[in-house]
Amino acid sequence: MTEVSMTVNGRPVRADVPDNTLLADFLRENLELTGTHVGCDTAQCGACVVHVNGRAVKSCNIFALECEGAEVATIEGEAAPDGTLSAIQQAFQDHHGLQCGFCTPGMVMSAKALLAENPEPTEAEIRAYLKGNICRCTGYHNIVRAIMAASGQDVSNIAAE
Amino acid sequence: MPADGGIGASTRRREDVRFLTGQGRYTDDINIHNQAHVFFLRSDMAHGRINGIDISAAEKMPGVLKVFTAADFAEVGGIPCGWQVTDRFGEPMQEPKHPVLAEGFVRHVGEPIAAVVADTLQQARDAAEAIEVDIEALPAVVDMAAALEDGAQKVHEDLKSNLCYDWGFVEENRDAVDEAIRKAPHVTTLELVNQRLVANPVEPRVAIGVHDRADDEYTLYTTSQNPHVIRLLMGAFVLGIPEHKLRVVSPDVGGGFGTKIFHYQEEAFCTFAAKVVNRPVKWRASRSEAFMSDAQGRDHVTKIELALDEEGHFLAIRTSTLANMGAYLSTFAPSVPTWLHGTLMAGNYRTPLIYVNVRAVFTNTVPVDAYRGAGRPEATFQLERVIDKAARELGIDPVEIRRRNFITEFPYETPVALTYDTGDYHATMDKLMELADRDGFEARAAESKKRGRLRGFGVNCYIEACGIAPSNLVGQLGARAGLYESATVRVNATGSVTVMTGSHSHGQGHETAFPQVIASMIGIDPSQVEIVHGDTARVPMGMGTYGSRSLAVGGSAMVRAAEKVIDKARKIAAHLLEASAEDIELKEGRFTVKGTDKSVAWGDVTLAAYVPHNYPLEDLEPGLEETAFYDPANFTYPAGAYACEVEVDPETGKVTVERFAAVDDFGTIVNPMIVDGQVHGGLGQGIGQALLEGCVYDDEGQLLTASYMDYAMPRADDLPFYSVDHSCATPCTHNPLGVKGCGEAGCIGSPPTIVNAVVDALQRAGHDVTHIDMPLTPSRVWAAMQG
Ligand code: FES
Ligand code: FES
Repeated sequence: MTEVSMTVNGRPVRADVPDNTLLADFLRENLELTGTHVGCDTAQCGACVVHVNGRAVKSCNIFALECEGAEVATIEGEAAPDGTLSAIQQAFQDHHGLQCGFCTPGMVMSAKALLAENPEPTEAEIRAYLKGNICRCTGYHNIVRAIMAASGQDVSNIAAE
Repeated sequence: MPADGGIGASTRRREDVRFLTGQGRYTDDINIHNQAHVFFLRSDMAHGRINGIDISAAEKMPGVLKVFTAADFAEVGGIPCGWQVTDRFGEPMQEPKHPVLAEGFVRHVGEPIAAVVADTLQQARDAAEAIEVDIEALPAVVDMAAALEDGAQKVHEDLKSNLCYDWGFVEENRDAVDEAIRKAPHVTTLELVNQRLVANPVEPRVAIGVHDRADDEYTLYTTSQNPHVIRLLMGAFVLGIPEHKLRVVSPDVGGGFGTKIFHYQEEAFCTFAAKVVNRPVKWRASRSEAFMSDAQGRDHVTKIELALDEEGHFLAIRTSTLANMGAYLSTFAPSVPTWLHGTLMAGNYRTPLIYVNVRAVFTNTVPVDAYRGAGRPEATFQLERVIDKAARELGIDPVEIRRRNFITEFPYETPVALTYDTGDYHATMDKLMELADRDGFEARAAESKKRGRLRGFGVNCYIEACGIAPSNLVGQLGARAGLYESATVRVNATGSVTVMTGSHSHGQGHETAFPQVIASMIGIDPSQVEIVHGDTARVPMGMGTYGSRSLAVGGSAMVRAAEKVIDKARKIAAHLLEASAEDIELKEGRFTVKGTDKSVAWGDVTLAAYVPHNYPLEDLEPGLEETAFYDPANFTYPAGAYACEVEVDPETGKVTVERFAAVDDFGTIVNPMIVDGQVHGGLGQGIGQALLEGCVYDDEGQLLTASYMDYAMPRADDLPFYSVDHSCATPCTHNPLGVKGCGEAGCIGSPPTIVNAVVDALQRAGHDVTHIDMPLTPSRVWAAMQG
């Protein structure tokens, strides 16, 4: 057991964990932040994406101890404290970018990282960026539209193209 | 779009808010106080005889509560199969026992041999490594044709052979079909493979068993599409727990696609073990476990012959299919290649004579069962591929040959036992030609050519039987359950409504769409309606969600219950308004005496039902709650026409989908946004099957595709934007909403569209290619081009 401390969604946390505890398990089990999901064991699905020091990271692929002192952001910190959805969250709802919701936290966190580095990505750039996020429900159409819309692009003609 | 959020409105989904903020409640998010964890020791061998299992070292490992083997389940039944197929000769199918933990033999990679329950998952996993299993390898049966040869190694020693059944449909047509094919001016033959797929919902399966000693009650939390069915199967057939002592809860479920319909060993194990160790027992599948324990899909090998006259009119169809069952019969496995496949072989066409033969085969592979579409994609794929091949052989345009054979009069009785109630296949094809801009294809093909790419146009139609299913009919066909749905509509005193439905939402948006229906019926705001699902303690009975049945069957039950409620409320209103019930109409949330301005609000009537001070107590009971069971009179028949354009890179064989258009007739649409999304998702999976996915076993039965590294899931950059349309609607004639179901269409209609387009692209470039088996990987396409 080793003590680890970090800031999660702006709140300082600390716990004793076995050294091999993954960040995903630390978030889910120790902090009960179950919005971060685990969908695979080979770092492929992206359901577990969170931000560590502002970078999108697969939390199933990093030990909690590696995040000592880090700023971690999860889906639970994405909406405003009064519950108002962020622009990306709102776009996902407006454009039906989710069905079962299991991939959604990772998708939103990946989209947020994308828009931080590329404020107006093209369709192709979005699709390329989402390579590491698997969604089995939506066929990606509405996820890509939602991200384009969240970046301020007009998507009203896409469905009929 | 109606402004009121009722039927026809693209209302945003209310469930999204919890999913988008990380507040969803999936089974793995549930932890029960004092829970223990189970780790299953699974077979790494496809076939073997278990000579002994030594658990003595494992039992002494830290944290271990108990190590289970088959011996602990001696008093427990096997995992039951819910459908019995009768073969061509009137005999029942061969049905092996499917034990909770392997009994004497292992029969597929991933079969659980032993289970360790410990304080932590790590301890359970460590202890499982200390279990010594003495297994003697037996030859693995992998290839279906070889499995049926005389003297083949048997998967089940106690069965006569590896043949589960040899099914003929319609058996009486067999000779007439043979004769028609012998005499036909033209016969097109195609041999094809519908490869094995893995459903792969992103949420892996989870089960938590809880036993309460105080009253000997069990609770199972599980990632299921139909908790009531699990309660019935597991309670009655496996563990012998009466239903009133067993609660099954399926909270938010992260996608199903069929593979979460079935009852699995891990569910029975956790429920059983919870009592034995007197602690809640939790299991969560890793992705690799999911690959070797979730029932897989498809896996048909088919020869189809289509007889035509000189003008391309269809005369007869004969098919012969080998269908892989895997090592054991999963819950609905026998029904998929038979009643969900053979009955669909008429497609959208008038073909007077059809004969379908299916031989289902046991192999040393993971069990196969329904995967999105279930049988219908297999039927559509072979039919639409052989039609395309025939069109090319006869020099008839692929669209024209389809049009020439379309069914145009309804109801239409097919030679394979279905009666289509309604449809307009020419209208959907007209719309498709417009949406896909077929006229612009040549210009786009020329442009592709300039870039050195081969462009092809593929077209395809489909029909499916959804709204599963009339109970008396499926009973005759071998189903061991009814397939109705139930709903309770509970009106609360202040007028809000709680609907308990036996349907289950795992992405389909029932919590949003179902209230739209109630809101339209009563004239209240949809926010006043709440949907409860996924808990046997809260919902009276249910058959669950699969076969695109939720709105058609579950929604119809809800409508029937709501009609009963409204009927009673009208009588109460009549009393309050001192009028006769026949004169009362309900509009926009008020009961009005026809032709007068005398009215009373919905909320006042509902309050009177629960505070019956001024109430016709001599005629009516207080309260306002009704339950309905709805058993459909027929299947529903969504149908559509799809087209796509692909580009093939002749250097590499890589296929890209450039355009995809889908025109579907789903009848009445409640929420167009949700329906579009269902089609998109189905298209993603169907294109995945056509281009990327395939579950592969080697000759020893080793599963080579056991992770997302090896199994090619479609990713965002593999797929295009889709154009979808559902304006050609012919409402279903036999359910109250006129709905047909939309969940599987995209997955059924898209694979042949893609293959047809690739064959078109290659033929246009002068390659003599008539078929390529899916997935159309670059290497397969490239090899086909080399001749
Ligand atoms: S759980 Fe992290 S990538 Fe799949
Ligand atoms: S919404 Fe279900 S996996 Fe993406």
